[in-house]
Amino acid sequence: MIQGRTWIFSNKPSIAASAAVGGPFEAQGPLADDFDLLHGDLWLGQDSYEKAEKKLLEQACERAIDKAGMKKEDIQFFLSGDLMNQIITSSFTARTLSVPYLGLFGACSSSMEGLALGALLVDSGNADRVLVGTSSHNGAAEKQFRYPTEYGSQKPPTAQWTVTGAGAAVITSQEGDLRVTAATVGRVVDMGLSDPFNMGAAMAPAAVDTIEAHFRDLRLSVSEYDLILTGDLGRVGHRIAVDLLDKHGLKLPQDRFGDCGLMIYREDQPVQAGASGCACSACVTYGHVFNRMKRGELRKVLIVATGALLSPISYQQNESIPCVAHAVAIESVGGVGS
Amino acid sequence: MSDKKKKKLTPVQQEYQDFAKQREPERPVLKNCLMAFLFGGSICLVGQLISTFYMHFFGFNEKSAGDPTVATLIFISVLLTGLGVYDHIAQVAGAGTIIPVTGFANAMASAAIEHRSEGYVLGVGGNMFKLAGSVIVFGTVAAFVIGTIKVIIMQVLGGF
Repeated sequence: MIQGRTWIFSNKPSIAASAAVGGPFEAQGPLADDFDLLHGDLWLGQDSYEKAEKKLLEQACERAIDKAGMKKEDIQFFLSGDLMNQIITSSFTARTLSVPYLGLFGACSSSMEGLALGALLVDSGNADRVLVGTSSHNGAAEKQFRYPTEYGSQKPPTAQWTVTGAGAAVITSQEGDLRVTAATVGRVVDMGLSDPFNMGAAMAPAAVDTIEAHFRDLRLSVSEYDLILTGDLGRVGHRIAVDLLDKHGLKLPQDRFGDCGLMIYREDQPVQAGASGCACSACVTYGHVFNRMKRGELRKVLIVATGALLSPISYQQNESIPCVAHAVAIESVGGVGS
Repeated sequence: MSDKKKKKLTPVQQEYQDFAKQREPERPVLKNCLMAFLFGGSICLVGQLISTFYMHFFGFNEKSAGDPTVATLIFISVLLTGLGVYDHIAQVAGAGTIIPVTGFANAMASAAIEHRSEGYVLGVGGNMFKLAGSVIVFGTVAAFVIGTIKVIIMQVLGGF
């Protein structure tokens, strides 16, 4: 069913299992316990960062399939996206899995783009078991989008740190504790900002647009969700999003509105304005948030993954940064809870 | 940024950018300048010590000590880059570590390390000058222009 640009999944596709894998910097963060696997080596024993990222995604997928009590042959479709050129991480992981695959690109919004589409496939009866995943690697992303990792350039306080990690989830048509109830597809919003070291400010309007559309389409009150998380707005973008929503007359409760990019690292880790990257929202959601939901601490959450759709060429040609945000609502139907 | 860019913005975009600007942390320019001065100055001091060392112990004179001094600074810079320390120092030091010859060495070494995975020819060789290349190109162009100006002035002055 569709209302405005929000899909309502009446057959309640459920999340059979999910997994999050992280790197050494994530292991020092406050959410370390919520990762299924943490690596001490940024290279993961591989000879390039790109291969290391592929390894991260493979491991996240393996873990998720394993936790769902399935084999990879049981997966009917694999939907995945990442930040690398030609989404090589996703495609190469699909090669390893050798299951029917659809590649996605929504930059850092890929996590929720995948979850929304996976849920749609299951809800519409076109699939029973779908695997969705996404990944990012700090070294690989810096290399592609910015400068060499060891280059001594000074990052401004608005810059963000790309998460090294991967997240994956298995969506099934069978009943489960965690259900995907709705998803709002985002519009591309471009406010003319062109500084790749200030993505939070560029992405905030896209997040605000999608959040407003979600509440408008479903006619929900602001207290509907126990937690609303944006993907990777960071300190700068989160502040702007809060004020912008307030200005538009949608005042979300402060203690229930957060950002994944502000959760994954400690305050004293040198990440400037916070975390970013596809794995940011994926690791926080598929690890931390789902764990909290399973423990009954949260019942309804809305994840709004934000993506900056720039390329290294586009910003060198002084193009502005178009951004998008996709929102997915997940509900826990477990016995515990409030 | 430039006025040309601003003109292309729609009123909504302009309004948002002003709205966002008020909520963005500024670059700490004063602190950055001070740090750049202290770190840059310290590197020069170390360079002077190395130069004096070569003159004192190896019989170089003030002019000829320049070459081994620069080589030593480059070696230290490349070593720190390889050990993964240089970029952390640079986050604090800013221009202080970019401007001296150490910054140039870091630009080349970091690009070479980064692209090692694509092989020696297309990776290391092809990308080593990715950042340093423009310094060399525009440095040479600038030297040519200044050199030409100098020659012209000398000719004109010499003519009198």
